[in-house]
Amino acid sequence: MSGSSSGSAGGGSLFGLDSARLAMHARRKRINSIALTLSLGAMAFGLFWLAWILIETIRLGIGGLSVAVFTEMTPPPQAEIGGLANAIAGSALMVGMATLLGTPIGVLCGIYLAEYGQRTWLGRITQFINDILLSAPSIVIGLFIYAVVVAQFKSFSGLAGVLALSLIVIPVVIRTTENMLALVPNTYREAAYALGTPKWKVIWSVTLKAARAGVVTGVLLALARIAGETAPLLFTALSNQFWTLKLTEPMASLPVTIFKFAMSPYENWRDLAWAGVFLITLGVLALNILARVLFRKKH
Amino acid sequence: MAATLPASPYDNKDQMERTTPLGQPPERRQRVAWADAAFAIAAHAAAWLTLALLAGIIASLFIGAWPAISEYGLGFLVSTDWDPVEDKYGGLVMIYGTLMTSFIALLIAVPVSFGIALFLTELSPGWLRRPLGVAIELLAAVPSIVYGMWGLMVFGPILATYVQQPMQAVFSGVPVLGSLVSGAPVGIGILSAGIILAIMVIPFIAAVMRDVFEVTPPMLKESAYGLGSTTWEVVFKVVLPYTKTGVVGGIMLGLGRALGETMAVTFVIGNFNQLNSLSLFEAANSITSAIANEFAEANPGLHQASLMYLGLILFLITFVVLACSKVLLARMKKGEGARS
Repeated sequence: MSGSSSGSAGGGSLFGLDSARLAMHARRKRINSIALTLSLGAMAFGLFWLAWILIETIRLGIGGLSVAVFTEMTPPPQAEIGGLANAIAGSALMVGMATLLGTPIGVLCGIYLAEYGQRTWLGRITQFINDILLSAPSIVIGLFIYAVVVAQFKSFSGLAGVLALSLIVIPVVIRTTENMLALVPNTYREAAYALGTPKWKVIWSVTLKAARAGVVTGVLLALARIAGETAPLLFTALSNQFWTLKLTEPMASLPVTIFKFAMSPYENWRDLAWAGVFLITLGVLALNILARVLFRKKH
Repeated sequence: MAATLPASPYDNKDQMERTTPLGQPPERRQRVAWADAAFAIAAHAAAWLTLALLAGIIASLFIGAWPAISEYGLGFLVSTDWDPVEDKYGGLVMIYGTLMTSFIALLIAVPVSFGIALFLTELSPGWLRRPLGVAIELLAAVPSIVYGMWGLMVFGPILATYVQQPMQAVFSGVPVLGSLVSGAPVGIGILSAGIILAIMVIPFIAAVMRDVFEVTPPMLKESAYGLGSTTWEVVFKVVLPYTKTGVVGGIMLGLGRALGETMAVTFVIGNFNQLNSLSLFEAANSITSAIANEFAEANPGLHQASLMYLGLILFLITFVVLACSKVLLARMKKGEGARS
């Protein structure tokens, strides 16, 4: 370093200072290497948990998998055969309907935030509130739907589950739609306006089209998020031992079934819970990776 | 567009109509104006719906909790009673559990997230940055029920065998530390829940830290490097002070997530209402797991209202924490705009 070289050029009287500087330099380098090693360790720490969870899920989940998982209903305790067919169907139905219900609202609100309300108080407040709802405890959403739907109709129902899940979809879709629309260059809008296009048509056929990949990514991420959500379903859709696709009845779902089975002392239930965990993890990670690949292709 | 136009505009009657300066505008235009208004109204309505949602959540929780609020008032917050048989309720055990698990989670997650963000922004070779970043983000994508199941079946027993039992052996008889690690070695309790929460919030905090580290102007970092700073000194004395608002915002975001996490905690905390033992390995309870376990079977009346009260408290705490996080991150963004 420049400090140490000028020190030695200064002569013998500065030798003490020089060695002190060298020591300090060595100390700084040592601290640096310790810190960087710790940082590497932190990275390894994070990856370690991901690897461990995935490996255990695969190891224990594959064991419970069989054709019966997809064809049989959830069994009573200690039964020989049984599967998760009604839970898988219930999950698919509720997640699908919640996405269909939440996506248009989320996209519309995202459009409002990006195209109409950028500088207005309503836009700012909505954006602020939405970011909070995005991270709000999902169990509170369950309480809310319980109070406004379940308690009014005096029965747990699949419909209540759909509504609870759609309330989780909406903030995710709003956020990605808004971000993606904000990325569309203003020249596109100006060019479209110059052709005399009305605003709704500019948004619908120009900006939204340009941001399509990003919006689809957001919907996929929302899908992945609600596929594993358990808390908002616990006291809205509840659970059901039998096959049902009626939205007015309590409906089984994969996460709630896993919760019920995992906490039980019965071996066959626990095996099925692991099989369910494996399916959910696989599905959610696949959706996440798909969303990323899709998004990267466009950007 | 050009391809669809007729060869001569005057062949087409519609086109002729458009060129006439006087008289009624073409009918099509009016319909478009109507569509424009409808679209704008729909977009506005969607925004209002989001606000109504928040108001609805708070209002419904408040109404649902009202019997408990009027019965106990704020004394609910400091009472440890939770007895459905005698219909007496207090929330201190759950509130303690929620705060304590989140505190442990942050204690672990903040330094680790800082390390990960440091690695991703300063150390990692360029080609590794993206895959490693995605891997950490996937940690956030794993559903919480998977964490819960894994924590209960795999991690808990290992924690009990390899951490709690050796610590019990070392600290047995030591006054404070001994009681901190007491309890049956089954691997459930505050510590397991805290560690699992830490793993769950690391991706959120690390992602925010990485993003704010990346916006530090390169000129600042290069100047520090030019003066002979080590990488650590650049990060700790230049990048961190520059980004501290954003870093705190990220930590608050992680805290908000940890406070509201339900399933992972419900699996491993043990759901036992006690505060007699402060052991980190003793079964305890948190707001979210009490609601998750008891609400569906709670008898309508004071029990349900008390759970609603807990939900309201949880929502208000997370709301404040997340609002702080949002304000801090927004300030960070604004400062960045002003300075660059």
